[in-house]
Amino acid sequence: MTDFTATPAIRPRRDGVASRLSDLFWRRPQLLLFLMLTPPLLWLGIIYVGSLLALLLQSFFAIDDFSGLVTYEFTLDTYRQLLHPANFDIILRTLTMAIAVTLASAVIAFPIAYYAARYAKGRWKAFFYLGVMMPLWSSYLVKIYAWKLILAKEGIVTWVFAKLHLSFLLDGLLALPVIGGNSLSISYIGTFIVFVYIWLPYMILPTQAALERVPVTLVEASGDLGATPDQTFRTVLLPLALPGLVAGSIFTFSLTLGDYIIPQIIGSSRLFIGQAVYAQQGTAGNVPLAAAFSVVPIVIMGIYLTIAKRMGAFDAL
Amino acid sequence: MRSEPQTGASFPLKLAAGVGIAFLHLPILLILVYAFTTEEKSFQWPPPGLTLKWFAVAWNRPDVWDALWLSVKVASISTIIALVLGTLAAAAVSQTRFFGREAISLLVILPIALPGIITGIALRSAFSLADIPYSMWTIILGHGTFCVVVVYNNAVARFRRTSGSLIEASMDLGADGFQTFRHIILPNIATALLAGGMLAFALSFDEVIVTTFTGGQQSTLPIWMLQELIRPRQRPVTNVVAVIVVLVTFLPILAAFYLTRDTDEVAGSGK
Amino acid sequence: MTAAVSFSKVSRHFGSVRAVDAVDLVVQPGEFFAMLGPSGSGKTTCLRLIAGFEQPSAGHIEIFGETAEGVPPYRRNVNTVFQDYALFPHLSILDNVAYGLMVKGMGKTERHRQAEQALEMVKLPGYGTRKPGQLSGGQRQRVALARALINRPRVLLLDEPLGALDLKLREQMQEELKSLQRSLGITFIFVTHDQSEALSMADRVAVFNNGRIVQAASPQEIYSRPKTRFVADFVGSSNVIDPAAMARFGGLERWASLRPEAISIGAEGQLRANVRSSSFLGAATRVSVLAEGVSLSVMVPAGQPVPDVGADVNLGWAPGDVHYMDDVA
Repeated sequence: MTDFTATPAIRPRRDGVASRLSDLFWRRPQLLLFLMLTPPLLWLGIIYVGSLLALLLQSFFAIDDFSGLVTYEFTLDTYRQLLHPANFDIILRTLTMAIAVTLASAVIAFPIAYYAARYAKGRWKAFFYLGVMMPLWSSYLVKIYAWKLILAKEGIVTWVFAKLHLSFLLDGLLALPVIGGNSLSISYIGTFIVFVYIWLPYMILPTQAALERVPVTLVEASGDLGATPDQTFRTVLLPLALPGLVAGSIFTFSLTLGDYIIPQIIGSSRLFIGQAVYAQQGTAGNVPLAAAFSVVPIVIMGIYLTIAKRMGAFDAL
Repeated sequence: MRSEPQTGASFPLKLAAGVGIAFLHLPILLILVYAFTTEEKSFQWPPPGLTLKWFAVAWNRPDVWDALWLSVKVASISTIIALVLGTLAAAAVSQTRFFGREAISLLVILPIALPGIITGIALRSAFSLADIPYSMWTIILGHGTFCVVVVYNNAVARFRRTSGSLIEASMDLGADGFQTFRHIILPNIATALLAGGMLAFALSFDEVIVTTFTGGQQSTLPIWMLQELIRPRQRPVTNVVAVIVVLVTFLPILAAFYLTRDTDEVAGSGK
Repeated sequence: MTAAVSFSKVSRHFGSVRAVDAVDLVVQPGEFFAMLGPSGSGKTTCLRLIAGFEQPSAGHIEIFGETAEGVPPYRRNVNTVFQDYALFPHLSILDNVAYGLMVKGMGKTERHRQAEQALEMVKLPGYGTRKPGQLSGGQRQRVALARALINRPRVLLLDEPLGALDLKLREQMQEELKSLQRSLGITFIFVTHDQSEALSMADRVAVFNNGRIVQAASPQEIYSRPKTRFVADFVGSSNVIDPAAMARFGGLERWASLRPEAISIGAEGQLRANVRSSSFLGAATRVSVLAEGVSLSVMVPAGQPVPDVGADVNLGWAPGDVHYMDDVA
């Protein structure tokens, strides 16, 4: 490193297209931004949002009762049909299920999330993480299928109850009105269990993330100030973990609202919103009603997300 | 290092956490056992006997092979599309501040935030409006759409970690935009992209809800399984296929985990 | 002689914030120049304007007589040592140092040979195969320095280069940077908020406040003749006396600064004072006194008697040591 003064202070531009382009992008970063955004925006904006809007549009049309063809005139008739007792029942049933599944997931998820966030270290941490990730990512259909095997009349649950000489308990459960049935795999209880099972990891991960952000010193401080573990849990941990639980509930709620495969394979013959959408657009050929049905979860989720956002759940996502 | 008080977890907490984890895993392990059962007609437990013959039967079924091959093709092409679109969107959102960044994030996340049935039926009615015949490519249009988000999430997290001063340092040392991309940005985001790609592949390979609407007469492996679940033809073959599906999705997930585990953002937490 | 860097009426606005506000600045070739100021005073933005990471909203910048506006950083023969060092985590130390040569198209053998030389220059021979994560803060800083200097820049920019180092290392690096700058003869411009660092290292110091340069002068001048109250306050060690107190002390009714070592404590003097506390600094003892309701600090050189706390003393100073200043914050 000898002569530092011999070099020019500003180097000339190199020749070539790449160099020119590079200078151009440096001078006009908006141009680069535009080029980067165009492909994803075209794809998601046109293919996806375009399709969504087209679907929503169809919900404002109605089907002609005689010809069975869609008449392209603006009407709210299709939405009125949603309020027919048969259809409204479907909405209520789905909503009830979504709420039950969300609450149950929160109760089961919290200890796992708390243990993993607070006590698991090193290898155990990885074990817990993978322990949640693997079921989350393993095949949705396989998981449902597994439960069909478990809940079948000749399956493992019946066997376990019989071995423990507790068959009367299971029979009593199945004899309950509404939620019972011929076997677990064709009852609401079965549907509920499978929903909870499949969406549980979505509740654990954000809750764990929220709990990990709670400094250990806070819990210690609370104990130091004389709070019992129970008081610490209610006044310190739970409020701080709440955004995580709410974030998780966004998934469990939304996924339950829109699912049509789980109640079709495990459950009674009564429909959920997803099945109604599927049936209306498929066999019934009533696309406007199917579209109106699919607006229901969108609206419910819209309301839900607004509340969740107020509670700060988005920071925990 | 501060040491924590060595009180450890209380027994009920340990029990609840342990039972919870077991609840998540036992059903999947059960599938493995059923793949070897000798019982053909029902889901009898315990299995009356164990055999390997259903693996051979499944091996010789052309419909399984066709479905598997279609699933692999769809997942591969969708992953490539998701890699391109997700990386571009992530780069745009994280490298520059501009009006509407939030809108872009929302747009990317929407296909996975809304119930799959809505994405599916929306695409289906759009295809029928536009007179597009169902084919492998209509399936890919759907899969590409919801796979973008996993690549995007991974890439955004990594871009956030790759400090802006690295890019400035590269330019300061005389590298133009393309050189900076090739020598600095790409090596730093490569593992995140690889992980995102693995997850996108697993997501697509397993997808059934959107595919039922965009697939027409084609059967991907999950569609094949769904048909077997609704109208069972040969239950033991379904058991075997279920095991194969579990294995094919597990490996990319494990790989994605190990690719990103040294970073603060671990892949896959946002399926 | 052409200036190394010259700013004329340079402004940089971010929305309604004037980060740099009509700054005029000339840095001479071969100068060790410090930009000193509190955070948000515009010093770092000025550095980034020279490097090319920011473009001026108004005004004109020249580097060795050549117009710099519109020239991207990669075409400026100016290199930066970043505050967080910004070493590329995926490259070895040797490849980090050789990066500038690589992107200019130099062959591998030659650029690695030069990189080894550069590492020797910063006293890290043989460290080339390691990754940045395996180095200590001080070592990383040396690597950042070698990575910048290997390109033979006409101007080297240093952004708070010693901020992350502990005291002992900082003092050592100050010495090394100074001797490196002298032996290479490159113009060094460095940004700092630490006044002692600026005063001890630089040939000239520009004191920034609110996007403007308040005073640009030699360290001695800044220290003994601060132009405004802000400079006196920020540079720190001087007694800043308000106009009313100055009048009571028998001076002009203006803001003034009086260096602690210019005040003597003895039997004679124009001012009675009471000793409140004293602290031993080694070469001197700093004594805090209260005179006419004003706190003053007095430096008593080693070897002279130090008054007891609580004692009444007389203070004296030569009228020429009182430096009157503009009342600008």
